[in-house]
Amino acid sequence: MRTGLILGALLAGLALAAAVLSAFWTPHDIARLAIAEKLLPPSPAHWFGTDHLGRDILSMAMRGAQTSMVVALVAVAIGMGLGVPLGLLAAAHRDRWPDDLVMRGNDLVFAFPSLVIAILITAVFGPSAVNAIIAIGIFNIPVFARVTRGAALPIWTLDYIRAAQVAGKGRALISLQHVLPNIASLLIVQATIQFSLGILAEAGLSYVGLGAQPPTPSWGRMLAEAQTMVTLTPHVAVIPGLCIVLTVLGLNLLGDGLRDALDPRLRVLR
Amino acid sequence: MIRLEDLSLSIGGWPVLDRVSLDLQPGITGLVGESGSGKSMTALAIMGLLPERTVTSGKVLLDGMDLLALPERAMRALRGKRIGMIFQEPMTALNPLMTIGDQVAEVLRIHEGLDRRAALARAREGLDRVGLPAPRFPLTLYPHELSGGQRQRVAIAMAIALRPDLLIADEPTTALDVTTQARILDLLRDLVRQDGMTLLLITHDLAVVAGMADRVAVMQAGRIVESGPTEAVFRSRSHPYTRQLFTASGHRPGRQPPPPAGPLLQVTGAVREYRAADGGLRALDGVGLTIGRGESVGLVGESGCGKSTLARAILGLDPLQAGQIRLEGQSIGPGHRMPRDLRARMQAVFQDPFGSFDPRWRVDRLLAEPFHLTGRPADWRDRIGAALAEVGLHPNNARKFIHEFSGGQRQRLAIARALIIRPSLIVLDEAVSALDVQVRAQVLDLLARLQADHGLAYLFISHDLSVVRGITDRILVMQAGRIVEEGPTDRIIDAPRHDHTQALVRAMPKIPADWS
Repeated sequence: MRTGLILGALLAGLALAAAVLSAFWTPHDIARLAIAEKLLPPSPAHWFGTDHLGRDILSMAMRGAQTSMVVALVAVAIGMGLGVPLGLLAAAHRDRWPDDLVMRGNDLVFAFPSLVIAILITAVFGPSAVNAIIAIGIFNIPVFARVTRGAALPIWTLDYIRAAQVAGKGRALISLQHVLPNIASLLIVQATIQFSLGILAEAGLSYVGLGAQPPTPSWGRMLAEAQTMVTLTPHVAVIPGLCIVLTVLGLNLLGDGLRDALDPRLRVLR
Repeated sequence: MIRLEDLSLSIGGWPVLDRVSLDLQPGITGLVGESGSGKSMTALAIMGLLPERTVTSGKVLLDGMDLLALPERAMRALRGKRIGMIFQEPMTALNPLMTIGDQVAEVLRIHEGLDRRAALARAREGLDRVGLPAPRFPLTLYPHELSGGQRQRVAIAMAIALRPDLLIADEPTTALDVTTQARILDLLRDLVRQDGMTLLLITHDLAVVAGMADRVAVMQAGRIVESGPTEAVFRSRSHPYTRQLFTASGHRPGRQPPPPAGPLLQVTGAVREYRAADGGLRALDGVGLTIGRGESVGLVGESGCGKSTLARAILGLDPLQAGQIRLEGQSIGPGHRMPRDLRARMQAVFQDPFGSFDPRWRVDRLLAEPFHLTGRPADWRDRIGAALAEVGLHPNNARKFIHEFSGGQRQRLAIARALIIRPSLIVLDEAVSALDVQVRAQVLDLLARLQADHGLAYLFISHDLSVVRGITDRILVMQAGRIVEEGPTDRIIDAPRHDHTQALVRAMPKIPADWS
């Protein structure tokens, strides 16, 4: 449905715009504590109210969007940067040792529950945004490797690959020139999905205190800090919760919409 | 029985069928025409399987009942029961996860409400009937354990399980070898005779229709231009389009045999084995062949005989395990990769006009790809323009994408790509098999002209003798990894010596000689 694509693009675009804007400007300074103004309800001065330290929740949420997006984006980049070449390699050497090596390595990573290992990594190397990125990124690698290999295998059976071989091109060059462009749309869809999963994972790690550290704002930690006051001042918890839900929903709608929009062309390719 | 009355249909505003009237009587009716003429749409209209956004007018009458007006639920009860259908592609027509017994039984369970045991017993009878008898072909086989022809037999068993009055066969043998085709056509003919069925046989092959059909309808651009008893229609050829089809299907490009010249390619004792759990397969078992400069050689055999493996070895895509390939004096031994300068002497044209080009590249980049072997010359754009002109396409096509071209044009582009680095040998792997007869005739003419202009040698690979007879000087017949017969084209076809060659010649569908 087109409406899903548009709604998804709007929601994801809003989160992205907030994240980018917060790098230059937020309505209030988030470093300034004002205990006297703590836990204010929404008002014209503070649209989303203030938290237990008197910080403006709107500003915090905008900065939180930035944290989430940077973590998820870099994690997707790690996953694509390593996973896609590995998948292309595996497909180019189907059923030979490079393929076996990549796919069994994949199985190994898949065998561990991702969030538990991410907690382990951050627990061992210390909680920080960088370690959260690495932990989430590692689990993106096999996802992209498998999707890439699966999409590339049918391409390798086509005659234009044969023609490229007759033109003397090697596997690496063919993978780069013919295979990758023809599976790009699939990878873009997968990237949106992994991006939204990355935002969820970052929120989860921050919630248990293993993500970005104070004073860097993060949706997950905003939730964690607000949970003791949720009966008293619900908006303090509801706002970051909504941020997570709407961003992830938007990205999922965007991913589904893109898949539908790109699918007819994929069918023609086959 | 079934009658189409002024059936017109359009899809999204595009007219597809124009007042098609057709009376199907028990026996075999052939429907011939080129691709895109509306043959398959006619079949889908009868089955009630038209795509969305289709607007129809006219009637499809089954015993006086208009099928176009029936709701989907009623149509579903008719499909399979009164009207059965088999498709072109036996590889995708069966569910790979279901045994062949269950697939045939499923039809019976849905329509006749049989329990599994009774349905399987009937499925057994059905498979026996289509030539898949009990001990060799148990019900528990899966589709991947069968060959293409055997799968098509399963598809036929499914289509006739309920003894439908009408069976529609849409290019049922186009994807099969000629020998398999002959056996499947025999089976269909017997089934029609035994059951008193009506068979609508859709094909682009006039010879198939000539050998099978009692009546024929010729279709062009969504209209039936001529119909009647097959022999009368094919003898009189009163409509110009029918005449065109006949001229094209018997077309042999005018070409001179090349003057004898030294050998260009010599293959000796080629061996290629594939290891497998059950002992492996010797795809090439000591193959030897020679192609002279400027000579055109046909390599004919059934699928799985090793001809594609041989082509891959000659093109340097797979090294041999034993034997030698000698090209212009330079020789490549077993296990060795082919050097680039040698590989640049050869190019290839493949079967599938739709899969032969990267859909994301423009024509100029596609055609320039073989320059990878030789380095891209400074005047490469001019060379591409010249190559396009040479295959009969305007040079301003260079910036187009491949989906803007028809199947025949794509095959011309494939030939242009093969020509661009001026090879001495072009390997044509089923290069015209997927084309309509008229387009095929044009492409064969083009190949003959290019050969005369550039002194090219061709290795023409096909499963069908009739495809290669017009364009080759010599034919090699291959069976089970060996070359079993070799000789001048006319001698091979007129007086085949080896059993296998004789079988291939017998299987060629022919239009009776006295009909012209």
